[in-house]
Amino acid sequence: MAVSTRILALTLITAAAVGAGSWATVRYLNRPARGPAAAPSGAGQPEAVRRIKANLYYVAADGLRLTVSERDVIYAEGTSEQARRIVEALLEPAPEGLVSALPPGTALRGVFVGGRGDAYVDFSGSLRTNHPGGSSSEILTVYAIVSALTVNLPAITSVQILIEGHEVDTLAGHVDLRRPLPNAPQWAEKGST
Amino acid sequence: MSIIAAALCAAPLDAQSPRAIAPYSVVSAEGRRTVAAAMVGDQEMLRLDELAPLLQLTVREDRAAKALTVSRGTTVVVLSLDQGLASMGGKILSLSAPPARDGSRWLVPPDAVSRALAPIAGVRTDVRKASRLIVLGDLRLPRITVQQDPGGPPTRIAIEMAPRTAYTIVQEPKRLLVRFDADGLDLGPITAGGGLVESVSAADPLTLAIALDKDFGTFRAATVPIDAASSRLVIELTAAGAPAPSGLARAPAQPAATPSAPPAAPAPAAMPDAPAALPPAQPPGVRTIVIDPGHGGDEQGTRGAGGVLEKDVVLDVARRLRSALDTRLGVRVLLTRDDDRVVPHDERASIANNNKADLFISLHANSSPSKSAKGAEVFYLSLDGLGSEARRMVEGPEARPVPVLGGGTRDIDLILWDMAQARHLNESAAFAVLVEEELRRRVEMSPNPIQQAPFRVLVAANMPAVLVEMGFLSNPEQEGQLTSDDFKNRVVQSLVDAIVRYRGRIEAQAASRLP
Ligand SMILES: [Zn+2]
Repeated sequence: MAVSTRILALTLITAAAVGAGSWATVRYLNRPARGPAAAPSGAGQPEAVRRIKANLYYVAADGLRLTVSERDVIYAEGTSEQARRIVEALLEPAPEGLVSALPPGTALRGVFVGGRGDAYVDFSGSLRTNHPGGSSSEILTVYAIVSALTVNLPAITSVQILIEGHEVDTLAGHVDLRRPLPNAPQWAEKGST
Repeated sequence: MSIIAAALCAAPLDAQSPRAIAPYSVVSAEGRRTVAAAMVGDQEMLRLDELAPLLQLTVREDRAAKALTVSRGTTVVVLSLDQGLASMGGKILSLSAPPARDGSRWLVPPDAVSRALAPIAGVRTDVRKASRLIVLGDLRLPRITVQQDPGGPPTRIAIEMAPRTAYTIVQEPKRLLVRFDADGLDLGPITAGGGLVESVSAADPLTLAIALDKDFGTFRAATVPIDAASSRLVIELTAAGAPAPSGLARAPAQPAATPSAPPAAPAPAAMPDAPAALPPAQPPGVRTIVIDPGHGGDEQGTRGAGGVLEKDVVLDVARRLRSALDTRLGVRVLLTRDDDRVVPHDERASIANNNKADLFISLHANSSPSKSAKGAEVFYLSLDGLGSEARRMVEGPEARPVPVLGGGTRDIDLILWDMAQARHLNESAAFAVLVEEELRRRVEMSPNPIQQAPFRVLVAANMPAVLVEMGFLSNPEQEGQLTSDDFKNRVVQSLVDAIVRYRGRIEAQAASRLP
């Protein structure tokens, strides 16, 4: 109980510091799309899972940038669990008309949040072996992950991608993955944040 | 509040319950203490609640983050409870196992002590799994192992010392005493007895006693270095009346102390990467150009639907560019690879740095999830993620010397090496503009023709550097272009003209600085 309150308080403080743009995120975290009051659903259905709204990033129509799509993501308590749910949502099939920036067959092994807003997202080796290569594709993959976490979770300011629990040089020979990367909004379409 | 209350998630049960084993000893200037140890599966673990006070650390479980936060003052390391990972100062560390729970207490693997806990405690820490010992601070506690050669005569005993330690050998009527210049001994296995030796044992906390057979006559001793950190003392014993052993320094005749002081540390090797005196000033210009065909070998880069491989296209263009530059500019041109092989990123940069290249051009062909994406793009480095040190190098009043990779692996060099490009960003941007202008005259450009990205191969280049994406292999039309002589020659011509213009710019700048 105390822990959760602190996390939310931290989220609010961080959001205030970075400006109004983050208030939307805070609202999502504070006000799930479907609370327990809305939970009763059709007969025979399992009890509805609590969800939040999150901005997820997919390949834009031009194939050169990311475009944002607001999606329902399973609510979780705590930054690292919520980060895990967000990345899991990113690994699900893309919404109608959009293309995922992550290669098919990618599995998430874990998310770990460090002490300085640094998050580490550990994927199965298939993120690398199934990657089509090319710097644009690689940039889109990397920043779809970095953006999804830094934009939705103000407590996360940079993200490092790990493969099978280990640091890697790059995913496909271009983007330097040896350190946590901050978000780089230029890879998202203008007006799509 | 209902949100918080609703989120209930059961703590994962420990798959294997810890099994207590013999404790570790922690030795420091304050004395010797023990820390309880346990096996979890086949992983040895140490009790964190017993380690923390010795290192003056505060431990807090962060259930929401599924992590342990260990701090001393404002320095913090966060240990993941899911995976063998820790984060310290924005840097990830891998550990052999995540913390495990033993009732209300936490267990951590021994490498968490040396890699994560000691660094934040600011205490020099030596974790010796073989002796189940942790040495804190600058205590001299050499690990000593004793092994007697099975053969002989002569009877030969080898005493290994890690680290290298000064010692004194004293001969008494029935024994040899080897006294070490240390604060204590970390005594490993002793395998001795037979021939002229009855036994070897500790005589006191700093001395080994070699009990001698009645036939013992004389001995010789010599120290042989094993590696930078350890050495071997070999003692040869001969029976009274036997011929003297050869090959070892003769022991002094009198049964007195034989001081032997191996160097405390090897003399520092010459430092090839130390910033040398600046070479005699050469007028600025473009004399050496390094062309870097991306990928190679098993790292194929991207692949077009028609089967064209990025690594092949870029090597072909690199060779064409080399011959065009050779002919037209008379500059020295080097390729980071001239065949189909894997070249690590740091090696690509070091070819350019070691040859004092004036320009670095990395050649690539692109790919997008959308088949319609097309056009060339010119990239230079963005400092995203490189942190404040790199930014200081750009903004600082004067450039700092950047060492050349000479096989050195000292961290300080790697940090500077890593950021070499930071000093050249303005020139890289200026060159990128010229490349884009020349490409635009001859080939189709992407809607984002000049961009910055944190590209691995550019980071360590200690000269203006760009990465050119010539076109998209994922676009069927462009895949065809990228295999055509016409298109490749257009790219080559664009780069040659951009280099000519850049050289003119450098020379004009130099001329304007003359009095
Ligand atoms: Zn490439």
